[in-house]
Amino acid sequence: MEKLNPEIRNQIENELLGTVGRRYRQETFWVIFLGVICIGGTVAWIIQLRKGLGVTAMRDYVSWGLYISLLFFFVGVSLIGALVSCVLRMSGAKWRYPLIRIAEAVTLSAIFFAGFMPILDMGRPERLYFLITNGRIQSPILWDVVAIATYFIGSVIYFYLPLIPDLAIMRDKLTDAPKWRRKLWRWLSMGWEDNLLQRRLLKKAMLILCIVILPVAISVHTISAWLIAFTLRPGWNSTIMGPYFVFGALMAGTAIMILIIAKLRHGYRLEHYLTPKHFNNLAKILLALTAFYLYLNINKYGVPAYKMAKEERAVLEDLFYGKHAFFFWFTQIAGLVIPIVILSFKRFRQSIKWVVAASVMVLLGALINRYLIVVPNMLHPFVPIQHAQHGYATYNPTLIEWAITASSLAGFVLLIILLFKPFPVITMWEVTEEVEKRGEKEIGVENIITHQNIPTHAS
Amino acid sequence: MACGDNCTCSQNNSGNQDNSRRDFLLKGLMGGIGVAFLSGCSSNDNTKQESGVKVNVLTHDGKLVTIDKSQVANFKPHISEEDVRKGIPGKKFVMVIDLAKCDGCGKCTKACNKMHYLPSNKEWIEVLEMQDSPEVSPYYFVKPCMHCDNPPCTKVCPVDATFKREDGIVAIDTDRCIGCRFCMAACPYSVRLFNWTEPVKPNIIETTPAAENVFQSKKGCVEKCDFCPHMAREGKLPACVTGCPMNAIWFGDANEDAVTCYDGTTTKLSQLLEDGGAYRFMEELGTEPRVYYLPPVNRTYDAKEIKIEKEGSEK
Ligand code: SF4
Ligand code: SF4
Repeated sequence: MEKLNPEIRNQIENELLGTVGRRYRQETFWVIFLGVICIGGTVAWIIQLRKGLGVTAMRDYVSWGLYISLLFFFVGVSLIGALVSCVLRMSGAKWRYPLIRIAEAVTLSAIFFAGFMPILDMGRPERLYFLITNGRIQSPILWDVVAIATYFIGSVIYFYLPLIPDLAIMRDKLTDAPKWRRKLWRWLSMGWEDNLLQRRLLKKAMLILCIVILPVAISVHTISAWLIAFTLRPGWNSTIMGPYFVFGALMAGTAIMILIIAKLRHGYRLEHYLTPKHFNNLAKILLALTAFYLYLNINKYGVPAYKMAKEERAVLEDLFYGKHAFFFWFTQIAGLVIPIVILSFKRFRQSIKWVVAASVMVLLGALINRYLIVVPNMLHPFVPIQHAQHGYATYNPTLIEWAITASSLAGFVLLIILLFKPFPVITMWEVTEEVEKRGEKEIGVENIITHQNIPTHAS
Repeated sequence: MACGDNCTCSQNNSGNQDNSRRDFLLKGLMGGIGVAFLSGCSSNDNTKQESGVKVNVLTHDGKLVTIDKSQVANFKPHISEEDVRKGIPGKKFVMVIDLAKCDGCGKCTKACNKMHYLPSNKEWIEVLEMQDSPEVSPYYFVKPCMHCDNPPCTKVCPVDATFKREDGIVAIDTDRCIGCRFCMAACPYSVRLFNWTEPVKPNIIETTPAAENVFQSKKGCVEKCDFCPHMAREGKLPACVTGCPMNAIWFGDANEDAVTCYDGTTTKLSQLLEDGGAYRFMEELGTEPRVYYLPPVNRTYDAKEIKIEKEGSEK
């Protein structure tokens, strides 16, 4: 492929830089809306800190509830960065280029909140530093802390590295930006001159990081799964937990990814960059993951259900036709079977609307599934629950818990939006480079070379 | 050392220079007058009033003095953090619960709650109604902490707040616990309780390290049956044992191969286990409990009266 006409390249960059710092009315609305939820959650948290965990509905039998379910959810979602930047890279999928920064932003936000959830759940958060001063390496909690911290740092670096050339472009192009910003860009772009040596070094660094971060990403979620798989409790005492969590997580992450690019495509006017090809390809991945997850579910629930051993029976009966049956069958049918059916048809896969609909269902199913992994098992311990006080043998989360849960989810989305704000959401240099090398089609972008009436950013 | 088996003052004669009266008493005890030791170690009522009973104590500089017994009674040997983490030397505590004798009166729970200043909604030792299958007759099942030798709870604790001691006791250091509740998830016997709200504090002052406190409740921390180590240090039985009029709970030292029950009968542990056909609860989990059960055969009460509560129902 021949080099891009500098003028066209210039226009592409201008178009992508157009989102930086720009205000969109819808976006502003969302930021305010999510911000308000976060403030509500913070107030709830302050109440919880002052009064103790008694303000939640957790009690001695259900000693872990929404917070730990959310921890599993966030850790899971954070795997999407590793999927897009490592797995797709290794499988040689060139269409990943426009998605990389978006995926890393989701990862960063998710892992940040994953680190936050255990603190919310602690009875004595002021003793957090004991983990360092008195930490015992045999506890999976310590492994989790180390893994989450490592993955967080790795994700920050992986977010930053491909940003360097883009920062240099911003430094050179956006000369009318406020002075402090330009200074910051200059500082962050670390003297990037876009020569061959720098590009080679950068690519090498990204390759090494990609190889290192994949096992870290998988271990983060496997260790979270071990938090429950290392106990003897019926339903948790299972060797399938690690892979079950990892693949459930990849599935949820892919669904979130689809939803976010669907929003960005119109919101940020990136129709040329986030095209039906991306939706179609992500839909195929989602199809494979949901189908595999269904298979794992059949193993996880089907195998013990055939045996109906004494201990497992109570949990399984609860899920199959007891108190949690509605949610259980919702996650299986609406969260897996229906999306699988939808995504199996090429016609639906090529329609962004259908792909988005399937993703919403998958995501909802994945969220509820996390709850179902944690709570019903705690309600059916080995020793029967007897003489329980009021509120001890059930779990109905309180308003405080819901507020904190909602605000964590809101904060997660808010942080993603905030990460999108100061930088172009599409990696400019990589996309232009790859378009030069392989053409638009393989990268999945459309009409960025030929069709040059750049849309105006009317908000 | 005249202190005898049950006293630990011999290892603890350092580190309490802060309190001259204690120092005086300690040295006096070390002097080896049996009568002073006995009253020092076996009397637990912390009455401030003079009892009127005088005892002779040898001071560290060799003088024999006569003081009021109540002053000796107040004396507690200094126990360091290390001692608490190690446990009482040379001991291996065990409990045997005779399900044939337990009639479900719940006095063990009451005695325990009184000892540990627990409100009635907390139960460190629980009495459950069990029926293994519909045809077999029900029985009462007493459930303290099993003080497992392969404890799933201590393995998962990230900060070593719950730990296994050399004397077999699984203890909790509430000055250390961060309230992650991983141990609660890990305990297969649902033994552990959490302080969801601020507990009501009794009007007592305790000088022992947190893991051997009588009152263990602290907001945001876990608690559970602790086998009454503070009693064991004085050579006494746990509250549940002395609270069970049916003689259903035996407590003792596996190293001595002796266990004692409410009425003071002491028997050979190995004999009791063998004759009674003892078993451990959920042995198949490999937790190696230190609590043995004697099966509910030839019961001394009418088993038909036991009503099994529907699982998961609340009061
Ligand atoms: S019974 Fe539970 S709390 Fe007690 S030692 Fe065993 S696992 Fe730990
Ligand atoms: S709740 Fe306390 S004792 Fe239990 S595992 Fe956590 S820190 Fe350890």
